[in-house]
Amino acid sequence: MEILDLKKIGVRGVNSILHDLSQDSRQNFEIQNPQGQHSIACGLDAPLIVEIKGHVGFYCGGMNKFAKITITGHAGVGLAENMMSGNIRVTGNASESAGATAHGGLLVIEGNASSRCGISMKGVDIVVGGSVGHMSGFMAQSGNLVICGDAGEALGDSIYETKIFVRGEVSGLGTDCIEKEMTPEHFSKLSELLESSGLKADPADFRRYGSARKLYNFDIDNADAY
Amino acid sequence: MTKLTSQTHPRKSATFDDYTLSEIRRAAATGIYDIRGGGAKRPLPGLDDLLFLGASMSRYPLEGYRENCGTDVVLGTRFAKNPLRLKIPITIAGMSFGSLSAQAKEALGRGATIAGTSTTTGDGGMTPEERGQSEMLIYQYLPSRYGMNPDDLRKADAIEVVVGQGAKPGGGGMLLGLKISERVAEMRNLPQGIDQRSACRHPDWTGPDDLEIKISELREITDWEKPIFIKIGGARPYYDTALSVKAGADVIVIDGMQGGTAATQEVFIEHVGQPTLACIRPAVKALQELGMHRKVQLIVSGGIRNGADVAKALALGADAVSIGTAALVALGDNDPELEEEYQKLGTTAGAYDDWHEGRDPAGISTQDPELSKRLDPVLAGRRLANYLKVMTLEAQTIARSCGKSHVHNLEPEDLVALTVEAAAMAQVPLSGTDWIPGKNHD
Repeated sequence: MEILDLKKIGVRGVNSILHDLSQDSRQNFEIQNPQGQHSIACGLDAPLIVEIKGHVGFYCGGMNKFAKITITGHAGVGLAENMMSGNIRVTGNASESAGATAHGGLLVIEGNASSRCGISMKGVDIVVGGSVGHMSGFMAQSGNLVICGDAGEALGDSIYETKIFVRGEVSGLGTDCIEKEMTPEHFSKLSELLESSGLKADPADFRRYGSARKLYNFDIDNADAY
Repeated sequence: MTKLTSQTHPRKSATFDDYTLSEIRRAAATGIYDIRGGGAKRPLPGLDDLLFLGASMSRYPLEGYRENCGTDVVLGTRFAKNPLRLKIPITIAGMSFGSLSAQAKEALGRGATIAGTSTTTGDGGMTPEERGQSEMLIYQYLPSRYGMNPDDLRKADAIEVVVGQGAKPGGGGMLLGLKISERVAEMRNLPQGIDQRSACRHPDWTGPDDLEIKISELREITDWEKPIFIKIGGARPYYDTALSVKAGADVIVIDGMQGGTAATQEVFIEHVGQPTLACIRPAVKALQELGMHRKVQLIVSGGIRNGADVAKALALGADAVSIGTAALVALGDNDPELEEEYQKLGTTAGAYDDWHEGRDPAGISTQDPELSKRLDPVLAGRRLANYLKVMTLEAQTIARSCGKSHVHNLEPEDLVALTVEAAAMAQVPLSGTDWIPGKNHD
């Protein structure tokens, strides 16, 4: 495992090393002294294994492809934003907009996530060990959002085709978001995600939420909802 | 009631004019506001309200067709390793695949490339047709992030973070299901046929402090190679320009209310934002006060139509202009040759603006395969290149007449205004006076 000391080489130095590797590189890296800096390990494009020892700032792992990134600490705003593939895990909490617009891969937040978790998500799977803040899953397009704790206000507001699973309490559902039936297919997918994330929870304890699809085409009679 | 005789003439209300009356009737009949494409149609103070003075006893002109008058511009010199080097100071504004056909996007790329300038993606991502035909392509980074991916980001020659646009500052967008073909739906990760809402706010940053961090992320992902533009609607040009500089922009695009959109509410287009003319000087002032004029380049857009507009925007302090609606017209939009078909759509050539409905007989603002096929991207691209060439020649003609060896040497002192409003907005004297409204007189 190669050690990258961010305190010595800075964010640019770390990212340059990680970007300059060939796309089939499978090297392991440990980033030390992240110091809450922003944009650490963003734009990776190879199946690297990257362990970040400490807290990170905004946009850690942004637009990740293929890489497996583990953050031992907490993460700032926009963790794994627009991730395409790969696997990002944070052992602590994540701030706002975790997994925003992400297209693919798996994002695991072992602690809590703040507001707008999974906003406009486009295919990523997100598993949160704790609770999520308000407006999570806002305009979420596809993929799965699993919340092992509670969800804040306006969950899934204006949601499209993302499936949201919640084990705890939901403070309130957003516009056009409704509770839906848990079919065997959904139990199976949820079990798979919980297993992949390494978080222990019984799928039977979860409820599923998704789109009522009433706002998919503009209708003046729905004006009160807009 | 007065009986109509040959001595009287019926008087229509200026307040309730024909258009206003028709809008009231339309609203009463349908129960929904009007949605349309394009920019503001109402009369506004504009660049036509300015005149160049030309050379005289105190200014020495350059010889037309002989003495050189440069038109090149470099965009993104502040931080980017690879700034854009354009032959002309006119770029093609962002317009999405989805709102426009693939053929139209290809034609824009072809025309811009022939002319030596850049074109820009839009909401919905980058198409191979556009990338393949655009020597310089700017990739828009929009709130919806439809189609956004790091591979296309790296293929781009510059990145434009869209905060707003002139037609609807503070507004998002809606691409109606009528235009959501299988390909468009796939690029946007949404079901086919549903109305696709484009968000009005970015999902992972709020405010200029966050934007600064977001821009640093985009620079990290692209290894600091690409110029980063920030596009803002003409709302608060002084403060928005200053904050864009603070956020780390290489280039700022300011789009006035004459700037077009694929679709939004008529009331939004006509009543939110400021005219392009009113946006230029405050933006330039902000750059000058920060010592960033010409270091952070300023692009002005919104109703730019000809070389005179180009020259006037540059004289007021812009580094380049951008065109959208005019480029579509050059491709063939609203062509009188299609009048019969426009009539069938209940409109007329020159007024067609239901771009969101996807029934454009010119094959431009549509996803209908049969209509799209009508547009020959090679021929349309050539028409756009011709138009860009003419605009450039016109701007050069004016610059030479003012004694300038480069269009960027034009300055406010070359201009006067025809109206008090234009004089106040452009901060140039009212024609025939030395009075600039708002400036102290001794």
